[in-house]
Amino acid sequence: MHELGIVFHIIKTIERIGDENKLIKVSEVTLELGEVSGVIPNELCDCWNWAVKKTERMKNAKLLIEKIPALTFCESCKETYATVQYGRICPFCRSEMTYLVQGSEINLKEIKAC
Amino acid sequence: MEKVRIIEVKESIFADNDREAERIRLQLKQEKKFLLNLMSSPGSGKTTTLIRTIEALKDEFRIGVMEADIESSVDAEKIAATGVKTIQIHTGGMCHLDAGMTEQGLKELGTEDLDLVILENVGNLVCPAEFDTGAVKNAMILSVPEGHDKPLKYPLIFTVCDVLIINKIDVLPYFDFDLEKVREYAQMRNPNLKIFPVSAKTGEGMDDWNSWLRQQVNDWIQ
Ligand SMILES: Nc1nc2c(ncn2[C@@H]2O[C@H](COP(=O)(O)OP(=O)(O)O)[C@@H](O)[C@H]2O)c(=O)[nH]1
Ligand SMILES: [Mg+2]
Ligand SMILES: [Zn+2]
Repeated sequence: MHELGIVFHIIKTIERIGDENKLIKVSEVTLELGEVSGVIPNELCDCWNWAVKKTERMKNAKLLIEKIPALTFCESCKETYATVQYGRICPFCRSEMTYLVQGSEINLKEIKAC
Repeated sequence: MEKVRIIEVKESIFADNDREAERIRLQLKQEKKFLLNLMSSPGSGKTTTLIRTIEALKDEFRIGVMEADIESSVDAEKIAATGVKTIQIHTGGMCHLDAGMTEQGLKELGTEDLDLVILENVGNLVCPAEFDTGAVKNAMILSVPEGHDKPLKYPLIFTVCDVLIINKIDVLPYFDFDLEKVREYAQMRNPNLKIFPVSAKTGEGMDDWNSWLRQQVNDWIQ
């Protein structure tokens, strides 16, 4: 399952950062999630709540998700448009020469801990 | 009471894995071993292509295979029948292999007496693309029945791969599959992508792919 794999990687990363910073308890983790990252936020939270219980440091940590909208840039007319609404064909000039500028991110933004 | 702190990380959650993968690649370079990561949807022909490639290269290189496609252990048996060293990697139901699991697999396989290790990754086009395994080169297979618009639907995997093998060209007459469109769509995502149309069944086109791989391995291990 995709979301569970992602959660394990987040936990592993936080454990490393926790060791480096001598953190005892993590209370909040903020994630930036792109609109077309392929990750389903609800599933991610379910997996998170299940997986953190098995850790000492993150047992009660809340997962906060900040969504990043997906934007596509058109090479032909240099316009930027909403990816989810219009897909890969530019709504301004019908060109297919487009690429995603943001929206695929899965970033660990910050950790609140003591 | 301990003071609450905010630690700014601002990093992709794949960053730790990327660093681990880079370390594996460095070690492979030092030990003169080549790792190829082979990805595709289930049934595109990874195992069939692999067997052809092993037959073509096994007199030149000492080859090992790590089988991670969860579908069955039949694949591992088929590959073992070619006489090369093979192990099955258990992903524990995971949809991808990461650098850590790959390193574990390399240890289990034992690479002292090998030049070329091929990893048959879990069969899907999404998750394996996100996790660098530490492989020297990444190859993917797209088979004719899957359709020519895959590069538009799964852009990421086309950008991380060095090679696209288009398999099952023997069935081209029966499908509405436009080889030129695939080239156009795929190279739009990745202008450096090498493309090899093959039939792992008839052997057509396999020589070009095998030669490319031979060259890459020689360049890396010399
Ligand atoms: N027609 C045709 N069938 C193929 C070709 N390569 C593989 N197959 C068939 O496709 C199915 C899946 O192949 P397999 O190698 O197991 O795919 P994998 O799941 O990616 O490892 C098998 O039934 C193969 O015999 C090909 O070039 N042409
Ligand atoms: Mg297989
Ligand atoms: Zn446009």
